[in-house]
Amino acid sequence: MSMRSKASLQVGPDGRLKHLLTTEGLPAELIRHILDSADQFVSVSEREVKKVPILRGKSIFNVFFESSTRTRTTFEIAAKRLSADVINLNVGVSSTSKGETLLDTVFNLQAMDADMFVVRHSQSGAAHLIARHVKPGIAVINAGDGRHAHPTQGLLDMYTIRHYKHDFSALTVAIVGDVMHSRVARSQVHALKTLGVPDLRVIGPKTLIPAAVERLGVRVFHDMNEGLRDCDVVIMLRLQNERMNGALLPSAGEFFKCYGLTADKLARARPDAIVMHPGPMNRGVEIDSPVADGRQSVILPQVTFGIAVRMAVMSMLGSA
Amino acid sequence: MRSEARGMRLQIAGARVIDPATERDKPGSIFIDNGKIVALDTAPDGFRADETIDAKGLIACPGLVDLSARLREPGFEYKATLESELLAAVAGGVTTLACPPDTDPPLDEPGLVEMLTRRAASLDLARVHPLGALTVGLKGARLAEMAELAEAGCVGFFQGSAALPDPAMLLQAMRYASTFGFTVWLRPQDAHLASDGVAHEGEIATRLGLAPIPVAAETIALATIIELMTATGARVHVARLSSAAGVALVARAKAAGLPITCDVGVHHLHLCDRDIGDFDAQCHLSPPLRDPADRDALARALAEGAIDAVCSDHTPVDDDAKQVPFAEAEPGATGLELLLPLTLQWGRQAGLAPVRSLAAATCRAARVLGVRAGTLAIGSPADICLFDPARAWVVTPAALASQGKNTPFQGLELTGRVMRTLVGGRTVHAV
Repeated sequence: MSMRSKASLQVGPDGRLKHLLTTEGLPAELIRHILDSADQFVSVSEREVKKVPILRGKSIFNVFFESSTRTRTTFEIAAKRLSADVINLNVGVSSTSKGETLLDTVFNLQAMDADMFVVRHSQSGAAHLIARHVKPGIAVINAGDGRHAHPTQGLLDMYTIRHYKHDFSALTVAIVGDVMHSRVARSQVHALKTLGVPDLRVIGPKTLIPAAVERLGVRVFHDMNEGLRDCDVVIMLRLQNERMNGALLPSAGEFFKCYGLTADKLARARPDAIVMHPGPMNRGVEIDSPVADGRQSVILPQVTFGIAVRMAVMSMLGSA
Repeated sequence: MRSEARGMRLQIAGARVIDPATERDKPGSIFIDNGKIVALDTAPDGFRADETIDAKGLIACPGLVDLSARLREPGFEYKATLESELLAAVAGGVTTLACPPDTDPPLDEPGLVEMLTRRAASLDLARVHPLGALTVGLKGARLAEMAELAEAGCVGFFQGSAALPDPAMLLQAMRYASTFGFTVWLRPQDAHLASDGVAHEGEIATRLGLAPIPVAAETIALATIIELMTATGARVHVARLSSAAGVALVARAKAAGLPITCDVGVHHLHLCDRDIGDFDAQCHLSPPLRDPADRDALARALAEGAIDAVCSDHTPVDDDAKQVPFAEAEPGATGLELLLPLTLQWGRQAGLAPVRSLAAATCRAARVLGVRAGTLAIGSPADICLFDPARAWVVTPAALASQGKNTPFQGLELTGRVMRTLVGGRTVHAV
């Protein structure tokens, strides 16, 4: 029995973005629109006065139920460059341990006249839950929910790829490492498929590749040398410390040997291939330092573009 | 004690009378005297009805027998009460039900069981058959006093969703239960393989980033259960199958002559992991909704009899426990009032006449439970469900008597509405 209507929580009937929860189902023209708009914000960030008044008077609440200094900071910078008022809340575990539910926390902040929530939570689906319950007109940006999605990261990666490769329609892209637990990988996969990448691969040991992932439109490789062959883009994923020794992997050393990106392995890809990583990197675990700092690495530009892409998303949601 | 309709003579006239136990399906009358069915179609000599129920346009069938309805008492009265849920039962045409022992405290001592059955009897609604805890506190460390509990009225012993620490404990529990011929009820789910999983391992869990529960969690548990049945001779009822592979294992054990029965929750006949959509916590059930192919296999197995019975797996969950991220939501859905329409719908889809589909929720379920119910046989208690098979209704909180309002079918239109329910010849629900 299929019962739920497919009405999208994040895109309104008029095609406008209401929330940004996932890259899945985001129309290609909307993604392109975000990337085009980010182009303009890159130039803002290069100015002497890095500020535009687009969101003046708007209150953006960064609500992080899972701590992350880096992602929170990039959202904060993006909001401030748009002249919004930014309130940072590290809810962490404190509020839940006091017995307050996720929605109670959100309703409380809503009562303080928030215009936009940037939310990170350890549970998949948390951003959807919040978006479903906030008052109309309040936008929710998913800054990472469990293993599910991290759409602004996915979009900034699209921006980066477009910047260096221009056209998605002839690309071979490989995503390497812990796909199982990665919300970044899922957001990249959906966006890359939507933008028309014809050859999308995931590479990793069977313990880190989720079931039926090929149904998302990717090819699975367990041999990295084979998987990297002729790639235009190589995206490395961060391996969390807690996965390094245990039931999923025997050791960080063995992981590096089989799936760490070294110059040797990278030589299988095209000579002009770019190397990406969402950060923070584990040097010597998923990526070798000479590659991370090498001429093919675009890891630092990713961070710069991330601000512009987040500005683009916030300005679209905030001026709705 | 239950007040059977003492001395009352009653005729139900004009209904299409269906008794799945005898495969009867034709228009007729039911004659009731002193709470018992005394005749069908032709009145006994000298029978003069004190009351005649005009049931034109309705189907009269045995009251449904539900193998699993959580009543939430004692301990979870904020979720539901005995009274609210037994009202829900009769509103759904359910006149006999088994309740699992996972209350707080669990049903692990005779006093608790006696109190529950006495309270239930005093409400004079559906008949309640408790399942006793298999181990003390459902903790898996010490056997519960099964013989004492059986004397107090338990019809079987169940570990609920709580895990047993190891196969050795299961072996001893089965061995001990089989000493007395008691049926051991078991949820087939290996706790280690299920781990922190909340959704079927497959495309949907991968897409949504939900921790997966592999099918092997069910098949490994079943393989263990079946091997230990061979070793102990225990009779086992497998509660809530979820996969095609699980169905096949139970079918093989049956073919080998083992005393095994099994059931399926009614939701699993209609829903699959795709219905989770964008993290709909209403579809967070245990066992998880699996692949469409699993759902189809369950529906087919129930039609073919490889699965013995369907149950509501009624689990009242309060809103607070559902309005949280999917993985944190309490599994379960309200079911007592949906059992009849969803069973009929499954039957229609499987190409079964109502006399066949109703069997899965009446006589076949009663056989699993080992109680005299689910039949219109002469001399049996007049537990009868009168329903309008064509009447459509929308599932809304207001339409449900249960205190549990959460269900994946919220807002959907179902066909088949109970118009009157009799228990022991007494009308306990009427629209």
